[in-house]
Amino acid sequence: MAEEFEPKIVAFCCHYCAYSAADLAGSMRLQYPSNIRIVEMTCSGNIDHRVILNAFEEGADGVYVAGCMEGDCHFLKGNYRAKKRVNHVKQMLDEIGFDSRRLEFYNLSAAMGPRFAEIANEMTQRIKELGPSPLNKKEGDTK
Amino acid sequence: MIIAQQKPIQEIAEMVKDCRKVLVVGCAGCVTVCLSGGEKETEILASELRIMRQLQENPLETVTFVCTRQCDPEYIAMLDNLVEDVDAVISLACGVGVQYIAERYPSKWVLPAQNTNFIGGSIEHGVWEERCGMCGNCILHLTGGICPIIRCSKSILNGPCGGSQYGKCEVSKDTPCAWQLIYDRMQSLGKLDKLLELQPPKDWSTSRDGGPRKAVREDVIIG
Ligand code: SF4
Ligand code: SF4
Repeated sequence: MAEEFEPKIVAFCCHYCAYSAADLAGSMRLQYPSNIRIVEMTCSGNIDHRVILNAFEEGADGVYVAGCMEGDCHFLKGNYRAKKRVNHVKQMLDEIGFDSRRLEFYNLSAAMGPRFAEIANEMTQRIKELGPSPLNKKEGDTK
Repeated sequence: MIIAQQKPIQEIAEMVKDCRKVLVVGCAGCVTVCLSGGEKETEILASELRIMRQLQENPLETVTFVCTRQCDPEYIAMLDNLVEDVDAVISLACGVGVQYIAERYPSKWVLPAQNTNFIGGSIEHGVWEERCGMCGNCILHLTGGICPIIRCSKSILNGPCGGSQYGKCEVSKDTPCAWQLIYDRMQSLGKLDKLLELQPPKDWSTSRDGGPRKAVREDVIIG
């Protein structure tokens, strides 16, 4: 019997917004899928192409980076840079034949607990529809 | 610095399609500064190739290394152990680096990951521009520090030509006329009279002439 696919999703969250929003979602007792693995970052602008690619190579089915609302970055432009970088990696993924919908960038603020949960749901739903990452296929086959 | 840009990933993947294990070598010199072949780009390229090949169910093993410079033999000697069991070496240096590795390892298949474009500098973060055509006989002292060889589309020595319009070159409205720049600069230096001296045809024998050029410093040659 095939079990329902539970994706592994890595969320790189800026300490000042998404990470605090996750906290808020928790204290508001909002439900969001347990598929999300949060990595706290000092700023979304710290995200590196290599880290994203690594996450996929190490088995993530989906990855998203969440930074502050535009104009609200604590380091002024970190979120713009992060967004550019994520878009660049998306382009790279498409070029190498890996569906770039598995990667996304979001803007939110620390006050947006419900939005955090919504994004988590949205991404989990999207990845469920896309199925397991083709890079995890081997592992899945041998199970 | 030398400005190089990475070849399309498909092109690089095609070069190594028959390989099982490759060494991907970056360079900490020019190509690190122009963000195309340093440590970061080396790891990204290796990762892209691995992902591509995993998707094709034909995994590729990669080893990465970054040389201080690939244009000095002593720095590529560090690859001696690493090249042993790989099917190919991909270099992210300029064309010089690729050739140095190929020369050192005659039995290895050495491949360029980059297109070496020009020598120039950055004009803003992420944008580089050509500034010198390596003519081998610099005339910047005659032209207010602005190179007409590479920045003038016609490389003329007594400009501007009739195509100079409102400070732009006739080849494109985005290209400043080098001779307008030279004129403006000489004017502000109070040296316009220098531009009245007619320059004879340039001696191009110091440029691309008679095969690869060599520079020798007898006093530092050892032995
Ligand atoms: S190998 Fe090429 S890119 Fe690297 S330092 Fe030498 S000249 Fe610059
Ligand atoms: S005059 Fe020759 S050496 Fe001088 S900057 Fe121009 S191309 Fe380079």
